[in-house]
Amino acid sequence: MTTDGRSNGNAGAAGRKPLHNPLGLLAELTHRCPLGCPYCSNPLEMDKRENELDAATWARVFREAAGLGVLQVHLSGGEPASRRDLADIIAAACSAGLYTNLITSGVGITDQRLNELADTGLDHVQISIQDSEPNSADRIAGYEGAYARKRALASAVVALKLPLTVNIVIHRANIARIDELVAMALDMGASRVEIAHVQYYGWALKNRASLMPTREQVVQAIGRIEPLRKQHHGRIVIDAVVPDYYARFPKPCVGGWGRRSLNVTPAGRVLPCHAAESIPGLEFWSVKDHSLREIWEQNPAFNAFRGTDFLPEPCQSCERREVDFGGCRCQAFALTGDARATDPVCNLSPHHHVVEEQTAIRGDTGYVYRRL
Amino acid sequence: MNTPAAAPSIPPEAHPRLPRGVRLVHNEAQGGWVLLAPERVFKADPIAAEIVKRCTGEASFEAIVDDLAKTFGAPRERVLTDVTALLQGLADKKLLEL
Repeated sequence: MTTDGRSNGNAGAAGRKPLHNPLGLLAELTHRCPLGCPYCSNPLEMDKRENELDAATWARVFREAAGLGVLQVHLSGGEPASRRDLADIIAAACSAGLYTNLITSGVGITDQRLNELADTGLDHVQISIQDSEPNSADRIAGYEGAYARKRALASAVVALKLPLTVNIVIHRANIARIDELVAMALDMGASRVEIAHVQYYGWALKNRASLMPTREQVVQAIGRIEPLRKQHHGRIVIDAVVPDYYARFPKPCVGGWGRRSLNVTPAGRVLPCHAAESIPGLEFWSVKDHSLREIWEQNPAFNAFRGTDFLPEPCQSCERREVDFGGCRCQAFALTGDARATDPVCNLSPHHHVVEEQTAIRGDTGYVYRRL
Repeated sequence: MNTPAAAPSIPPEAHPRLPRGVRLVHNEAQGGWVLLAPERVFKADPIAAEIVKRCTGEASFEAIVDDLAKTFGAPRERVLTDVTALLQGLADKKLLEL
């Protein structure tokens, strides 16, 4: 079984390669969130509550997504439970036939509310947790008591026999505890755990010096993954996202720009990835004005970095061109000022020294928390 | 991918089933059968789909193997080996309950 698959190719401009069908839709229901994590992945400029799409519009978006071939919807934010109509939104996603995944901070969902959400047909819950040490977890989240509340919600999810993924964002404050973090996920009853090193965009860039681990810490943490997979074989799936500042090659960000997934912001703008608005000069269309199919096929912003034709050297003649698509466009822009450049985390990039310089900067000035 | 050292075996009386959060669906746009799982999508070839379709928790493993051998006119030993490998692989990924 593979995850590859191509569309019937009836889309796109003449002469262009057939478009893939998107597989996944990230639905950011709101940017509101009770936590203040220093690596917050919400954009620097957040959508206001009064501009959030209503449940009926989300229902239309889900039907259009299913029509485009999308199989899974990830309901995220912000904290999706900040929406009072979350149960209606989940029900709409389920009735569109989508596999429905709730990505939550675990703060703000009562047991009664969880029962309601589970009854709508929700398929899966992902809870983020900041550390296996309660005090450290609360300090990272900037929220007293967050750890205990997340553990309580996890128990309730497992009691309902809903599958649980635990997501742990890794950085200097918790990187030494990979074994303990996986043990915690097992203890929470998760069938899957994501060990996800911080990606340095947006808000995380403000805290880079406080979050950045050393190369030795990263090497040690990565070295724990395979032994832990062996140790817990058949009991928990361990997915690890590599810390790309210390990688030799870039990641194939979102599986390639406009290739496998799309993202809808709380106010309805459709993006190839959640950070895409950090790149200036791209005009993103809204579901208020266009169907999802029109946007996927025709929005110039989706076509801006589709495929590999736009890539400069050393990507253009690189054998990994179709593997990583030159890496992340947002990171290329953030670190070089040119969104078409080779992602500078690649050791072949002429700008790679920028990454090496940044990883060397570490400080303990304290976190700049994300507050609304 | 991890593979156990010994050849896997599944008890004949096991009743394999997809857990909540794992679904086999047919999708034209994605070109056939797909197994949907927590934040993962696996394309299933037609044979894998025939096997997984039978994992409803009602039929025993033994009955599933018998049925597949009969339906496809294949030697039972061969079917047993193939089905065991597929289902054990799925179980290891938490995509199947045995």
